[in-house]
Amino acid sequence: MQRYSGFGLVKHALSHHENWERQWRNPTPKKQYDVIIVGGGGHGLATAYYLAKEFGVKNVAVIEKGWLGGGNTARNTTIVRSNYLWDEAAALYEHAMKLWEGLSQDLNYNVMFSQRGVLNLGHTLQDMRDIQRRVNANRLNGIDGEVLDAKGVQELVPIMDCSKSARYPVMGASWQPRAGVARHDAVAWGYARGADAHGVDILQQTEVTGFKIRDGQIYGVHTNRGDIEAKTVGCVAAGNSSVLAKMGGFNLPLESHPLQALVSEPIKPILDTVVMSNHVHGYVSQSDKGDLVIGAGIDGYNGYGQRGSYPTVEHTLQAIVEMFPIFSRVRMNRQWGGIVDTCPDACPIISKTPVKGLYFNCGWGTGGFKATPGSGHVFAASLAKGEMHPIAEPFSMFRFHSGALIDEHGAAGVAH
Amino acid sequence: MFYIYCPYCGEHREEEEFHPKGQAHIERPKNPEECSDEEWGDYLFFRDNPRGVHHEMWVHAVGCRKFFNITRHTVSYEILETYKMGEQPSITAANQTQSREAAAVSHQEGVRA
Repeated sequence: MQRYSGFGLVKHALSHHENWERQWRNPTPKKQYDVIIVGGGGHGLATAYYLAKEFGVKNVAVIEKGWLGGGNTARNTTIVRSNYLWDEAAALYEHAMKLWEGLSQDLNYNVMFSQRGVLNLGHTLQDMRDIQRRVNANRLNGIDGEVLDAKGVQELVPIMDCSKSARYPVMGASWQPRAGVARHDAVAWGYARGADAHGVDILQQTEVTGFKIRDGQIYGVHTNRGDIEAKTVGCVAAGNSSVLAKMGGFNLPLESHPLQALVSEPIKPILDTVVMSNHVHGYVSQSDKGDLVIGAGIDGYNGYGQRGSYPTVEHTLQAIVEMFPIFSRVRMNRQWGGIVDTCPDACPIISKTPVKGLYFNCGWGTGGFKATPGSGHVFAASLAKGEMHPIAEPFSMFRFHSGALIDEHGAAGVAH
Repeated sequence: MFYIYCPYCGEHREEEEFHPKGQAHIERPKNPEECSDEEWGDYLFFRDNPRGVHHEMWVHAVGCRKFFNITRHTVSYEILETYKMGEQPSITAANQTQSREAAAVSHQEGVRA
């Protein structure tokens, strides 16, 4: 792997940037691997990267039916934060946050991680009580957080309508300064390049059509490019996890919903942080390119179509204009949908399954991007050792039968 | 935007009048006390999540406020039929392969099955 550096940039300028090395190979599938990862999004590629780099499992394949990061990895609104209420969730997302903080250096790939802070607004007394409780819980878990009043919010974001005359006046917010945004494509590409450099085979345009299971133990997968064998298979397929689980002969407590997002035309820098509101239900940040990146809640019906309904977009924009009247005449450029696998308790499933050797990492719902490095790291550790990593342990799929749910609904801030 | 036929009003109305309410035809176990943890967990949390024909309950929230069922394709989003509570669907995954319109839509939008 050619390392990227300022010097390299100058060197390649002399040959008109025509001789850059390919970032990853396009290999033909081998007959057998030690571990197969199904799903080449951020979480799957991160899993492969940490498997090869930290846990010494280098004979790994990532199988992706489309192209790398073509699903939710490239469809989210790029927000990264770790201010979750419950200890289990906080540990998982904070683990990710710590990896985010060194990720560009680790990958030698600029993921443009920008710790510009995230505000979670409160508009009612109950919102403010919940915010205080959550910030206190965060601090006990060593996660940064502050409670701001309306004046503090106004100082941070002068363009927001924090007046008493707003329909849902802003009463305050939680503020996590270490939170922020990252460039989502670069995360997938950086992990892919890193994994490839450690010998991982990334197989695009390869679709898993079934599992090879004998006596309750997995020993390979069927694909449209032939059978591939492995005694350990990790599925990280987001919205399509239920379909894969059915191939394995069991069910997951997931429902796949469209989640829409949109970006505006590029405008001059005006918003230097991330603003989320659970109550009026929308969130917005401004990308380095200048466009406003906007999202809100899922479409209520099940769907795999990677698109949703216009009324949902309208509600989202109503919320944004309610908070930022100044944006009322900004035009929207692009709008899209991704398929999120929502879990009843709004927490992911990182788990063994009834099939020995088959593991699932899914159920991230509307908030998976922020966890990409941590999710990949703990999943890789679990696959390498055959025992769930302590941080992943509480996220077993069997919690829906034992009753040990991790109820992050509403507690997390927005859009669950 | 869906254009949904309410079987009680007997009219097509726009999606905004309706709310989706999850999977249809779920029955509460008759004797919860006698359920195992698996059976009760399955009832509470596990839902069909098919990539294809799906039966779901909707409510005509700002219309007649009645609940009814929709059979819908979850990739093309095509509504195949609507029917009243207590009735059984005439179109199911078993008797319906992906309709031609559905295939056309998923092809057109670059959606991979």
